[in-house]
Amino acid sequence: MAETALIAALKDSALLLRKQLLRTSLTGHVHLGGDLSSADLMTVLYQHTLNVDPQKPDWDARDRVILSKGHGSAALYLAMANAGFFSPEEVISTYGKDKTKFGTHPCRRDCPALDVSSGSLGHGLPMAVGIALGAKLNNDSHRVFCILGDGELGEGSNWEAMVAAHQFHLGNLIAIVDRNMLSLDGKTEEIMGLDPLDAKWSAFGWNVLCVDGNNVSELVRALDTLPLSDSSTPTVLIAKTVKGKGVDFMENVPRYHSGSVTKQEYERACVQLDEARAAEREADA
Amino acid sequence: MIKGNVYPSGSHVLADVRQIWGRALADLGHADGRVIALNADLSRATFTDLFKAELPERFFNVGIAEQNMVGISAGLALKGKIPYAVTYTPFAAMRAGEQFRTDCCYQDLPVRLVGVAAGLSPAGATHSGIEDAGIIRTMPNAVVVSPSEPKMVEKILKASLECPHPMYIRLGFGRGEQIIYSDDYDFVLGKAIEARPGTDATIISFGTILSDALKASEIMAEEGISVQVIDMPTLKPIDSDAILQAALQTGQILTMEDHNIYGGLGSAVAEILAESGVCCKFHRLGIPDQFAHFGSLPFLHEYYGYDAAAAVKALRAMLS
Repeated sequence: MAETALIAALKDSALLLRKQLLRTSLTGHVHLGGDLSSADLMTVLYQHTLNVDPQKPDWDARDRVILSKGHGSAALYLAMANAGFFSPEEVISTYGKDKTKFGTHPCRRDCPALDVSSGSLGHGLPMAVGIALGAKLNNDSHRVFCILGDGELGEGSNWEAMVAAHQFHLGNLIAIVDRNMLSLDGKTEEIMGLDPLDAKWSAFGWNVLCVDGNNVSELVRALDTLPLSDSSTPTVLIAKTVKGKGVDFMENVPRYHSGSVTKQEYERACVQLDEARAAEREADA
Repeated sequence: MIKGNVYPSGSHVLADVRQIWGRALADLGHADGRVIALNADLSRATFTDLFKAELPERFFNVGIAEQNMVGISAGLALKGKIPYAVTYTPFAAMRAGEQFRTDCCYQDLPVRLVGVAAGLSPAGATHSGIEDAGIIRTMPNAVVVSPSEPKMVEKILKASLECPHPMYIRLGFGRGEQIIYSDDYDFVLGKAIEARPGTDATIISFGTILSDALKASEIMAEEGISVQVIDMPTLKPIDSDAILQAALQTGQILTMEDHNIYGGLGSAVAEILAESGVCCKFHRLGIPDQFAHFGSLPFLHEYYGYDAAAAVKALRAMLS
């Protein structure tokens, strides 16, 4: 696909994902702020970057995805659904409901298409290190993608894993930080500052890429130029995002970290998202 | 219940459970390419340096980072490996407890978390493993097993290759435990072993405290009291049939363990008995619910009242 067409298709898909997330939160308890911040990233991963096959979710050579910020499960399920893994309508109608496959945190037992169960923060990166190490031992060439929230970097286990990934030369490991600057209680830099985050990862021996995580073109460019999986240095993509991205009354508002939306909020948000995308299309034309 | 052939009294040979474990793990690694050894800067203390020397490509030292070690183990298991992650007991069960619970047990992965130097430790409360079995017993999917004598480690490791679930393997202190059984018994996870038959009372023991249980039964025999000794290496899933059979046959049950009196074998046996409707006398010996003083192991076991002499005293009181 020509690049402009590809970017346009990905933006349309990210718009669809945002509207699906809002629809899901009409009846379910969704971590909407972080899901909206990661919507572009999740779309680019599942529509463009990942080497996965929705018809064969247990294909051994697939890239592995660990959503360490497991509270972002709705964005994960819907991005996977839009890539053909599930029916989007099934996700939207059953998310978080009794005995659902699509729980509020990812669970492999209930949803075997997932690579890892997650939810407790600070667990994803060590497991990703283990998977990447296992892949190297098996001479498998797939990559391992681990998506982290920025607030979750407060957990020391991440930093243990960062040291180990460098020590074990895991060039097949890609960490992506959804750097939306907010955690449950407020601003990450006021609660327990992380900056300079790029310098910290770099000091731990990682390749560091910093991008606008709500810019589809930048995400595509960064993810298209990752080091080869048999290289020896792990890579982190620090994706600077806006929590609640795309809906002005949700952007950077901690109250929308999680919860449901009213019909009025849903309709208002969808109008805004559609108008913004229409304006973008016009500008691109 | 499996019958164990116990060496005659007085012929006990001492061995270091950690040394036997280290050799057995390396042998397991040679036999099966899925086996990975991980440790957290304790390869000499945990005798995994043998594995490192012989199979360096499948040996990983993560540094002093137990949470990371167990998380990495879960990831390796997701790639088809059988990781054996070893460290001192409290760091295994508590520092990395949530990783074992959430990464390994929740995903029902065949990770083997190995805690060494279980029970009270001369190094003091920081290094004593007194809560581990009780904590991990509450984790769904977990198998909890502790060899009651050094050579049993080999049988447990062999059985661990076939077990699809996460396992917590609890090793005793490892400074000269008695070899108790001749090798010719079948070890089965979840099955108790009758180390000594008896008709008047039953001691059920968990881990290397078995040697004290046998000694107590010998002392009681000299007084004309026949004490059955049941060795319960698997705390979970526990052999409830063996417990109930003993309760019906002898009517007197004494439990012994090098673990906090709460949460371990005594609690597990009490749960089975209380729900069964079988009436019997029951007493638990183990570490009282307190942080222990420093001291040698024989001193600590005597001081806190769960050695052979304490078992004899408890049995006499139960039978009086």
